[in-house]
Amino acid sequence: MLELVDLGHNYGSYRAIDRVNLKVAQGEVVCIVGPSGCGKSTLLRSIAGLIKPTGGTVLLDGKPVDGSPENLAVVFQDYSRSLYPWMSALANVSLPLRRRGLDKKKREAAAMNALDQVGLSGAAAKYPWEMSGGMQQRVSIARALAYQPKLLLMDEPFGSVDAQTREELEDLTLRVCAHHGMTILLITHDVDESVYVGDRVVVLSKAPGTVVGDLPVQLPGPRDQIHTRELEAFVRLRAEVGRLVRGITPYRNTHGYGVETR
Amino acid sequence: MRRATFGVLRLWIVPVALVLWELVTRMAGSPYFPPPTQIAGQLYDMWLSGPLSQLLLTDDALNTFGPSLGRLLAAWIIAGVLGVAFGVALGRIRGLADYADPVLQFLRALPPPLLVPIFFVLFKIGTPTQLAVIVFGVIWPVLVNTTDGCRAVDKGFLETARVFQFSRYDVLRRVILPAAMPKIFAGLRLSLSLALILMVVSELVGSNSGIGYSLLYAQQSYDYAGVWAHIVLLGVLGLLFNALFLVAEGRVLSWHANARRTV
Repeated sequence: MLELVDLGHNYGSYRAIDRVNLKVAQGEVVCIVGPSGCGKSTLLRSIAGLIKPTGGTVLLDGKPVDGSPENLAVVFQDYSRSLYPWMSALANVSLPLRRRGLDKKKREAAAMNALDQVGLSGAAAKYPWEMSGGMQQRVSIARALAYQPKLLLMDEPFGSVDAQTREELEDLTLRVCAHHGMTILLITHDVDESVYVGDRVVVLSKAPGTVVGDLPVQLPGPRDQIHTRELEAFVRLRAEVGRLVRGITPYRNTHGYGVETR
Repeated sequence: MRRATFGVLRLWIVPVALVLWELVTRMAGSPYFPPPTQIAGQLYDMWLSGPLSQLLLTDDALNTFGPSLGRLLAAWIIAGVLGVAFGVALGRIRGLADYADPVLQFLRALPPPLLVPIFFVLFKIGTPTQLAVIVFGVIWPVLVNTTDGCRAVDKGFLETARVFQFSRYDVLRRVILPAAMPKIFAGLRLSLSLALILMVVSELVGSNSGIGYSLLYAQQSYDYAGVWAHIVLLGVLGLLFNALFLVAEGRVLSWHANARRTV
């Protein structure tokens, strides 16, 4: 459903990403992982239409994207700059639904439902500044859920919360996305997280970022923070991704857990 | 609670200042500087000896304050609406500020009282001219602050709006204006105190009603206690407006105060 063809972007003479090619199928959860400064955010912002890439094309359902595409939601890393502090959680979640042509009652019902799914039905009337970081990011996720996008982009969504909240939010994301059959592109610098959350892990090299690895994650579901992380397959894959992220030449072992590089 | 008590306790300065004022003026014995008790007596006779049904205000008070406060509030509201409207345009339309800036800086530098003759020609003598003087004088803080506030809207807020494809109206009404509201209120507050000053100034020239006119009348009839009563009145009005404004601001911007406290 999403296809990047030779996507590249320069900031002046600085090349942030270079000829990124990627295909994401409907319903897939793809994690993009890479070292800091590899242009992960540039990639996401190009897809979201927040910057116009200087080269290549973004295709959504086969159509080239110009500006912010329809049916796309983003969960930003910095919830404090993405949730509006002058609105309650409910208002924040229901605001994007205005353009869906729903009346106020239906918008609020949909927003309540989304807040319920992220476990915040009791906090609908609260303002963002009355909530912890984890709760605020839940509101962001609820906003994306209520919007019912075809494609959900997540830009280091759990980068600003503590480790435990992070695990909770990872599971929450997996759960609600399985439920909605949403296609997700999650960007992270955390190797562990990319393997845990993704159906597929795409590794970007350091700047100019380009795809250096594309690994299917074949772990049994539903995933579990303790159990999944102790599986041999998980550990091996994490090591593989870790090597790629650090730019260490991947090796092919006899069991065939190799990595195809481009 | 403790802060409130403390606030009341701090008011000890008021009686101390009044007593000092009384002593100094009595010792000086100058007809130009009557003691506060005399001023208070005059104030009472002129404005506060009315019937209960008029909240003790005399007919004279109602006829003097009414037109003045009416013009002040009307002009302040007009200036607020115009200032916010132009400020949003200047803050959000790229390049517009560059064109408009020289003209605005020129206009802003003009002292409004000097424009009274021009306004006389443009509008009729009386209320329209007075409104024009006040509006022209008090629009600037609102305009400048709104422009600043709209320009400085956090990029994250705008990107969120873009991703979720808010309509232009929603971006303005639900993102830009609320984000700029703390600045807009700062501008409105400055304007309100300026409006009080310009209200008096506008009534000193070519007017036959209002506090400014009444002040001029007292001055011309050598009623110095009366003049001082007007001065006290204006000070009290300024204090009152500011207090009312802060209450309103506290309600509208509670999110802002709270968000700042927790961050």
